[in-house]
Amino acid sequence: MSTIADRLIDDAGIQRGLNRLEQSRIRSIIKGVLASETGARLKTYAETCMRCGLCAKACHYYMSHDGDPSYSPVGKVRQTMWEILKADGDVSKQQLQQFAQIAYTECNLCRRCMHYCPLGIDTAYIISVVRRICHKLGVTPQYIQDTAHSHAATLNQMWVKDDEWIDSLMWQEDEAREEFPTLRIPLEKEGADFMYSVIAPEPKFRTQLIYQAAAIFNAAGLDWTMPATPGWDNSNMAMFSGDAEVMSRVERAHYETAQRLRVKRIVMGECGHAFRAVCDVANRWLGWKVPPVPVVHSVEFFWDLLESGKIRMASKHPGTVTIHDPCNIIRGRGLMDKLRDVVHHICEDVVEMTPNREHNYCCCAGGGVINCGPPFKKVRVIGNKIKAEQLKATGVHTLIAPCHNCHGGLEDIIKHFELDMHIYFLGDIIYKHMERPADAGGGE
Amino acid sequence: MPQSDAWDFETGARSLCDLHACARDYNWLEEPYFSPDGERVAMAAVSDDGATACVNGQAWENVFEKLWMPRFLPDGRLMAFVQTDGEWTAAVDDAPWENTFAFVWNPMWSQDGSRLAICIQQDGEYGIAVDDAPWETLYENANQFVLSRDGAHSAAVVQTISLGQADIEGYQKGVFSVAVDGEPWGSNFVNCWGPAFDAAGERVAAAARFSLYDYGIIEEGRPWTTTYQCVWEPFFDPNTGEVLAPVRTGGKWGLAHRGGFRWEPTFHQLWQPAYSRDGRTLAAIVAPKFGEFTVAVNGTPWNQTWPVVTDLVLSPTGRAACLANESNTRFRVVVDGTAWTGRYDMAWPPVFSPDGKRVAAAVEKHGRQTIVLDDKVYKEWFDKVWPPVFDPSGEKVLIRAVSGGACLRIVDHISSFKA
Ligand code: SF4
Ligand code: SF4
Repeated sequence: MSTIADRLIDDAGIQRGLNRLEQSRIRSIIKGVLASETGARLKTYAETCMRCGLCAKACHYYMSHDGDPSYSPVGKVRQTMWEILKADGDVSKQQLQQFAQIAYTECNLCRRCMHYCPLGIDTAYIISVVRRICHKLGVTPQYIQDTAHSHAATLNQMWVKDDEWIDSLMWQEDEAREEFPTLRIPLEKEGADFMYSVIAPEPKFRTQLIYQAAAIFNAAGLDWTMPATPGWDNSNMAMFSGDAEVMSRVERAHYETAQRLRVKRIVMGECGHAFRAVCDVANRWLGWKVPPVPVVHSVEFFWDLLESGKIRMASKHPGTVTIHDPCNIIRGRGLMDKLRDVVHHICEDVVEMTPNREHNYCCCAGGGVINCGPPFKKVRVIGNKIKAEQLKATGVHTLIAPCHNCHGGLEDIIKHFELDMHIYFLGDIIYKHMERPADAGGGE
Repeated sequence: MPQSDAWDFETGARSLCDLHACARDYNWLEEPYFSPDGERVAMAAVSDDGATACVNGQAWENVFEKLWMPRFLPDGRLMAFVQTDGEWTAAVDDAPWENTFAFVWNPMWSQDGSRLAICIQQDGEYGIAVDDAPWETLYENANQFVLSRDGAHSAAVVQTISLGQADIEGYQKGVFSVAVDGEPWGSNFVNCWGPAFDAAGERVAAAARFSLYDYGIIEEGRPWTTTYQCVWEPFFDPNTGEVLAPVRTGGKWGLAHRGGFRWEPTFHQLWQPAYSRDGRTLAAIVAPKFGEFTVAVNGTPWNQTWPVVTDLVLSPTGRAACLANESNTRFRVVVDGTAWTGRYDMAWPPVFSPDGKRVAAAVEKHGRQTIVLDDKVYKEWFDKVWPPVFDPSGEKVLIRAVSGGACLRIVDHISSFKA
């Protein structure tokens, strides 16, 4: 059996944080977080966990590392939070480095293990508290910290400047009008039915997703808008770095933008973690029990468009596909049936992975792990051998994953394990195979 | 507030133009916007020649490659962002500015509408242009732009030092400041947010982060000595010139001023603070309990709470109104703590009559819109309405609406509103 001490990786951010940290501050900051930001929940988990290890097989890290207990959920908690509690916060810098590596890069906060624990212990919650402590102590991986910095400075994840956002939308509108002459990406249209929000990688790298969404909304004749101000990005790596204050600043802007535009709801693109930030975590930090504006994930939205006949498929995606269930919208929201309905609407044949639905294995990118960047990539990819085996067992070459992070993680796994698979968003397929408006070009 | 004294408040209805007829003249016509006095309605329009603004059915003489964001200023002038030869600028009443930029966005105007400011990007550098005069110094990044009430001064958060990729160390040393009229404060901070001018436009305060954990307020470039867990945008007390800000400490929000608290930190949330014009009333949206929002007036919350409260508005004399809703449905207008009985699918910010005695708001139900006044509903429903405008006496209301394609200017007596 290994321990975290056997596999420490150099990270400039963690190292820098440790170098400038005064030992004397560690205990008081940890005690402060535990006293003011945790309560009965953590105490109950700490007191009731039987160390039975039933959660072990739930975790893809454990399964991918030949059953090494140090990668099991309880093993990770034992090496972090239980150490912190045992020492009453009086831990060394060396320990902190280990805590940070486990919390940020060896747990995706995917909550699969919670389903396997007879007591329902939410390991992801415990690991989130460890991250909060690491953030407060300044011991965070460089790349996720940089992303949190971007959120704080620009209210988006990728340093997109105010004008670059608007310019990207206008550019996509221009491009799309070649194909759909009356298509519009309506900016700042007050009173529209919904605001469409995306994550910052879309205007930065994946503009075709904005194009496709606009094409689908146009074909369905929907009344929608996008803001021409910050508040358009629904993603939130500050949630995963442990910076609750910046997380909430970002989501406040997001909700206030929707409220200012007087839309009935926010529809969001195919992203999992953003859904968790907007609908579950940040809204509560801001004081709202439930989201102040309803947030509809695109899986639900596409389901509604297809079920109501607002979008009809001219053809279906040929051949067989399999479905990856993103943790944040399946375990976090219960969209497994709607996801299947959508895929059956748009694809000829589906082979399910095993296990699937709420028992699906995580992509190993989520929870901010992929955002910790190159130093931890190998661990993340190798740490999900079980997912590669799961994908391979389907015998299918097309994978559908309605989440950005899942795409990133699964692409790496597919490449490393030479799986010969192609990944699509739902929007890719709907756009390509839907019935087009009468004035539209022929498409592909 | 628009100066409504000279406007036509003769009771009656007029159609300014017909959207269906206008649509025939163009390949493309976007949604209409009304002028504050209800005399003109404008739309972005595209014909084979290019993009222009269509005002009461008449196109501007200038035609551009692109035009977006047509908006009326409070003084009734119409602005829009326009592009020619790939360069952008603002056009006001059909006259483009002389300066052009790589991109322009986010129009801001003085309270009376006489001054127009826009955000500009030129050669990858950022700043503001006010009435066709760009800042002399532009920055590699600028955002959170703001204009003083009289429009004479502008400010933004700016980045004064370049950062390499993923340079978290450089960032945490502080690379952001606030530039006023293009001139940066001499000091940098980890972050700056929400710069705000005082009423005279002479002083600026901003929210800031001094490390990743210590939040505070900066006045004219100088930070307060007290730090907090979090802060929202500061504002100025018009009576004393003192800076106030919502701050979080011990997990609760209060209203801080230098060294102390105007409102003790007892709230789960506190934002959108506002002073009445007479300076006597200070109100803010607060959450006395988790998930329960209301308005606090001079520190005292109203008795009733709602899951969501937005759009706090104060009358000149210090009455307070806001919107309350449940998950963005069942909107109600709340005045001085009492919710109206009417519930709507959507509502727009409440509007006080000049004497502060009456309140009206645009509302929507089942896809139709109208005006409610003191909880009474106007006799007619429309496809779309704009927020109402009271006449100087508060006895009549100007309704700007679209119905069956007709853009309507209606002035009606308050007796046309029924419970
Ligand atoms: S990665 Fe998922 S299954 Fe593994 S410990 Fe974390 S939350 Fe549990
Ligand atoms: S299954 Fe639950 S009780 Fe058992 S070790 Fe895991 S977390 Fe503890």
